[in-house]
Amino acid sequence: MNKPFFRGLRDGIPIALGYFSVSFGFGILCINLGLSVLAAAGISLTNLTSAGQVAGVRIIAAGGTLIEMALTQLVINLRYSLFAISLSQKLDSSFTTPHRIAASFGITDEIFAVTYAQEGKVKPAYMYGVILISALGWVGGTALGAAMGQILPEMVSSAMGIMLYCMFLAIFVPPARKDRGVLMAVIVAALCSILFNTVLTFVSGGFAVIISALVSAALCALLFPVAEEEEAAA
Amino acid sequence: MSIAVYVFVMAGVTYLIRAVPFTLFRKKVTSPFFRSLLHYIPYAVLSAMTIPAIFTSTGNVLTSLAGTAVALVLAYLGKPLIVVALAGSAAALLAGFLI
Repeated sequence: MNKPFFRGLRDGIPIALGYFSVSFGFGILCINLGLSVLAAAGISLTNLTSAGQVAGVRIIAAGGTLIEMALTQLVINLRYSLFAISLSQKLDSSFTTPHRIAASFGITDEIFAVTYAQEGKVKPAYMYGVILISALGWVGGTALGAAMGQILPEMVSSAMGIMLYCMFLAIFVPPARKDRGVLMAVIVAALCSILFNTVLTFVSGGFAVIISALVSAALCALLFPVAEEEEAAA
Repeated sequence: MSIAVYVFVMAGVTYLIRAVPFTLFRKKVTSPFFRSLLHYIPYAVLSAMTIPAIFTSTGNVLTSLAGTAVALVLAYLGKPLIVVALAGSAAALLAGFLI
């Protein structure tokens, strides 16, 4: 019996449950945007990321360019590089290059947080366990949400369109309450985004998000530089 | 353009962002500016994606506002992600019945 693998499965259960309910909303969003159940589940299986997928399906629905798609994913998911770098310092010696190539697929905010919080070095089997159960929740929720979205009453499915955005609020409001820098980043990004949506409407949605986020994050990086310990705890 | 092409680009970029540093990187990021930028980007991205899109996310401004208000209060109180997400949707649904 492979113990680290089963420990990973167990530690991944809360992630899987959280992913299931949120990806249910993503599945419904896909149907509302005119995508098929198969496309929705395929996107969740190959991407395993929430914000990037929401931005991605919006670009698909709007018929955006591939450059826009690639740049949007790059900016939105750039944080995974930081997680990957942090996690790379904590890997067991059994974490060889092939294992790194395989396990990197599952670096998400939550999987990173759980894996990074482990005492001692991280073994590949442990990370595979966390990833497997989390991905099951994410893809299963998406497929079910997309399938239900086709049969649910219009009123219910449209009300669920707000679900993912509510989850985003739950991610950025609490840190913004505690940290002036994050509060400023959130406010400036929101103001830029509103400006793009009302005045500068010739800029497409994906680029509007990228520019808003970069301007805001760069400004805050200059005004409120993050100390080393703070960054490690984030 | 075929959806498969979009998904390929989307998944490919997302995978490389994870795999390249995870496989190759063995040192720490030392530039304070770059570290800070990476720290703020997730919050800035989520905020720009949420606002103003959340206000039209149900297809109706009034029900969207009801859901946003409930979610904002619960998020401010630090409630778990699932609670905030479900309560926001429920509030939007309820508002839809009342209008």
